[in-house]
Amino acid sequence: MIISIASGKGGTGKTMIATNLIASLKQPVTLLDCDVEEPNAHLFLNLKMGDKEEVNIYVPKIDNDLCDGCKKCSDICAFNALAVIGSTVVCFPELCHSCQGCELVCPQGAISPGKRNLGHMEKAKSENITFFKGTLRVGEAMAPPLIKAVRNKTKDDETVIIDAPPGTSCPVITAMKDTDFVLLVTEPTPFGLNDLKLAVGAVRELNLPHAIAINRADLGDNKVHEYAKQEGIEIIIEIPFDRKIAQIYSNGELLVNAQPEWQEKFQELFGKIENRIKAGAIK
Amino acid sequence: MKELVIISGKGGTGKTSITAAFSAIANNHLLCDTDVDAADLHLLCAPKIKETFDFMGGSLAQIRQDDCLDCGQCRLICQFEAISEDYVVDPIACEGCGICYNLCPTKAIDFPQQKCGEWFISEAKSGPMIHARLGIAEENSGLLVHLIRQKSMEIANKNKNDIIIIDGPPGIGCPVIAAVTGTTAALLVVEPTVSGVHDMKRAMDLLKHFKLPAMVLINKSDINPQMCQNIINEAERQEIKLVGKIPFNKSFVQAMIEGENVYDADIDKELSHNLNDIWQQVYSFTNNLEKKLSFINPL
Repeated sequence: MIISIASGKGGTGKTMIATNLIASLKQPVTLLDCDVEEPNAHLFLNLKMGDKEEVNIYVPKIDNDLCDGCKKCSDICAFNALAVIGSTVVCFPELCHSCQGCELVCPQGAISPGKRNLGHMEKAKSENITFFKGTLRVGEAMAPPLIKAVRNKTKDDETVIIDAPPGTSCPVITAMKDTDFVLLVTEPTPFGLNDLKLAVGAVRELNLPHAIAINRADLGDNKVHEYAKQEGIEIIIEIPFDRKIAQIYSNGELLVNAQPEWQEKFQELFGKIENRIKAGAIK
Repeated sequence: MKELVIISGKGGTGKTSITAAFSAIANNHLLCDTDVDAADLHLLCAPKIKETFDFMGGSLAQIRQDDCLDCGQCRLICQFEAISEDYVVDPIACEGCGICYNLCPTKAIDFPQQKCGEWFISEAKSGPMIHARLGIAEENSGLLVHLIRQKSMEIANKNKNDIIIIDGPPGIGCPVIAAVTGTTAALLVVEPTVSGVHDMKRAMDLLKHFKLPAMVLINKSDINPQMCQNIINEAERQEIKLVGKIPFNKSFVQAMIEGENVYDADIDKELSHNLNDIWQQVYSFTNNLEKKLSFINPL
């Protein structure tokens, strides 16, 4: 069972909900921090992180002694990552999308697999929590292949929570594709609503069951509630705006530790999601 | 002409609200919203769209079933597992590399370019504005950011605008890199939380990587005085100019609900003064820098 926690708008409380949710559970659970550009979940978990595992991606390695300047490699590259000048191939590895087409078409065998570093992964473990975190190398543009690498760390029978990146484009799509349920976190403001609509568009495109979590629930207006009702999307939890909660969060503390009454609410949230997934599976 | 980009690392720190407030104060500028996959700036600037353009992004493979011989070559070479057993391309998994299209023995694959979104030339309340909307679940956000920055520069040059104010996306990946490379200066809007500080440092590293002059603005500064001090110390250590602090203020949300920027909404006089003071510092810092002539698209 894989639950992804996503949002169109950034800073709505994805990580807050993901970390408090797993901290409330008694059963074994795996948390994947897929917000690889700005991973934050570890700041709230007090887990001892393990060794760094480098994550690399294919880029072509060119042997210019073998190149005869036929340009087949640069012709097939859709991303302008290769340029041929005379009989020298110049590679721009940061533009490469790792399709390996250049290596396939090179008649001289001048291209072999090389690698580009995307970033790294780390693992941590406590009694019932297994945690994986991906960290994009600063200056690297492509988050999706690293997100895929983090997602590949799970097995089918685990309970997995994914802390997804913000937005509606490739990074978040990669993080929530083929998950069983998406919790869309928003805030009741015009920005929150606008970006929620985009996020709902994305989960509908991917055909994923979803519900809304409203954070800072009493801060703005009631347009998010109206929208949810109109679209028939369940509002599954609401967390009020409270300076105290903002302060707990700002210190890197868990709400469920500072205010234990929240534990039950997050357990209830998990139960509701579990029921939705089970009901969906029967259908 | 200068280009100022406003980024944050972490989302939800107030980039867009601050950008809109600056647009109300700044003279002779052009606004550019590069948060193309969750654009919000238009909600505060009431842009009247003058022209709409299609954004043609990458291409996607499409297999013509009638011509396909089920030879399996495409499935074998596709690195993105985008082709199903019955030879249908998953448009979300397809990376648009086209090697299946190029190498299909019976030429049974088409590779049409896709419309991935739209971009707009508008007249906002404060002046010209260029913005965009990436299609749902589309790729190539970096390419679209690159495109609208280029258009912004062309139009700002024609208008003889002094400065382009760019509302950036969150994170440090492809759209952010496309938004910051080659700008004159960057303003980091930071909140005093552990996440905010952590993400600010990564955003600072990114700006250093591209050798961009940076400034820091602390938003919601009274939420956590200790974290606020940590930000000030880090900025000092890295010799990054602190341009101001804005205490938590519900006027931001109130203005947003009114569809107005917080400066013109003028709900809180002290806040408006503070924003004006911050803008003067940001503007003079940016204006005293030389803009590099060109920028490269990293994608």
